[in-house]
Amino acid sequence: MTTTTRVILPGLLRDLVGGIGELEVPADHGGQTVGQLLDAAFREHRILDGKVRDERGLLRPHVKVFVNGEDVSRAEGLATTVPPGARVHIINAVSGG
Amino acid sequence: MAETIVAIGTRKGLWLARSSDRQEWSLEGPHFLMSEVASVAFDTRAGRQAVLAGVKSWHWGPTVQVSEDAGRTWSESAERALAFPSDTDTALERVWQLTPDPNDDDVVWAGVEPHALFRSTDRGESFELVRGLWNHPHRPQWEPGFGGGAVHTIVPEPGVPERMLVAMSAGGVYRSADAGETWEPSNPGIRAYFIPDNEYPEFGQCVHKVARGVDGELYAQNHKGVYRSEDGGASWQSIAEGLPTDFGFTILAHPRTPGVVWNVPVQDDGERIPPGTQLQLQRTDDAGRTWRQQANGLPNHSYTCVLRDAAALDDGDPVGIYVGTRNGDVFASADEGESFTRIATQLPDVLAVRAAQVG
Repeated sequence: MTTTTRVILPGLLRDLVGGIGELEVPADHGGQTVGQLLDAAFREHRILDGKVRDERGLLRPHVKVFVNGEDVSRAEGLATTVPPGARVHIINAVSGG
Repeated sequence: MAETIVAIGTRKGLWLARSSDRQEWSLEGPHFLMSEVASVAFDTRAGRQAVLAGVKSWHWGPTVQVSEDAGRTWSESAERALAFPSDTDTALERVWQLTPDPNDDDVVWAGVEPHALFRSTDRGESFELVRGLWNHPHRPQWEPGFGGGAVHTIVPEPGVPERMLVAMSAGGVYRSADAGETWEPSNPGIRAYFIPDNEYPEFGQCVHKVARGVDGELYAQNHKGVYRSEDGGASWQSIAEGLPTDFGFTILAHPRTPGVVWNVPVQDDGERIPPGTQLQLQRTDDAGRTWRQQANGLPNHSYTCVLRDAAALDDGDPVGIYVGTRNGDVFASADEGESFTRIATQLPDVLAVRAAQVG
C-alpha cells in the first residue's frame, strides 16, 4: 500500500476546489519538505497556491501549516521535513482581537 | 432595460446598488464578505457588462475578481491573475486601481501596492508588470503615503494610446509618451510643503487623485493643494483659491462639459473631517476659477471622510454623482450635485465607488 500524506484544507478554501476537504499526496511525490508537499498538493488545484503562498513562495502572513500538530513556523518553515503518512493542516490563523 | 449600477467597495466586501431611474435603488451584496475591496471598475467596452474588483483577503491575499454579468457572479483566474515576476522578489500587497483602457477594448491597467503598474491584454484575466515604471531610477525614493505606497491613479489619454499618466503617494505624477516604456516625473508647480527647503521637488509630491476633463485638461487633488494642468500634465497651476480647504482625497471631472469639476474637501490632514462638519462637494463650472458648495441632502455634524476612490460619476445625462464615506454611507445625486439622497447606510467603510449604465 502506498503511504499518502493528507493535507487538510480550512473551510474557507474548500469552496474554491468543489468542497474538497483533504488532498492526498502520494509519498513518492518527489519531495520531503512542506514546500515540496504543497507543490505536489496544489498541482491539480492551482488556485490554492495563490491563497496559501505569495508569488515568492512564502506562506502568507496569516496562514499557518501544522505537520502532525506542530506549527512549522516554530520549526524550519516550508523547509520542515514531512514524515511519510503525516497529517498536514493548513489553517487560517486566528489573527486580530 | 438599461440600469445604473453603483459598485461600492468597502473594507469588508462589495455591494452593488441598482436603479432604473436613479431615484429608487436596490442594494445587493455583500460579495467577498470580510475581504477588502479597494478598487473596482466597470468595463462596458464592446458591449460588455463586466465589473472588475481588486479584492484582498486578510488571510488569502490579494487578487482580481471579474464578473461578466454586471456583478452578479464572479470568478478569478486559477493561476495568479496579478503577481510580481520572480526576479523582483516582491509580493503584491493590494490592487489600488483598475482602469479599462479607452484605446484598446482588451487592455486593463492596474495600479498596485507596492508602487507598480500592471497591464492586462485579456480584459483583466491576467496582468503583466510594466517594467518601464518598475525599473525607474526614482522608485527606491518613492515613499508610502499614510495608506501605503501605491500607484493609485491611472489616466490613459483617449485617442493617443502611447500617452498616459500615473500618480502615486508619495511620488507624484509620472507620464509616459511611449506606451509605458519610459516615464518622466511631471510635477512642476505642485507644492510639496512637507519637504523642508525644497517645496517644489522634481518628484515626491503626495498627489491624491488626478482626473481628466473632456477637453484634455487635468485636475489634481493633492495632500494640500488643488491644481489644473492645461498642457497634459507638463505643468500645474493652483486652483485652490475659493475652496474652503485645499486638503482632500478625490477629484472628479465632468465627462462631457468642459470645466466642470468636483472635489470633496476635507478640513485638514490633521482633521480629516468635512469642513465645518458639513459633508459637501465643491463644484466649479469654470475649470477651478470659482467654486461653490453642493451639500443639499448631505449630513451636517458629520465627522466622516471620503477617500480617494470613494467618489465617482456615472455616464448618464445629467451626470450622476456617488459619494461613499468612511462610516458606510453612500449618497447619490442624479442632478449633477444639486441634491443628494442616501442610497446605502451602515456598510463598512467605503473605499471605492464606481458607477455605470449597463444594458
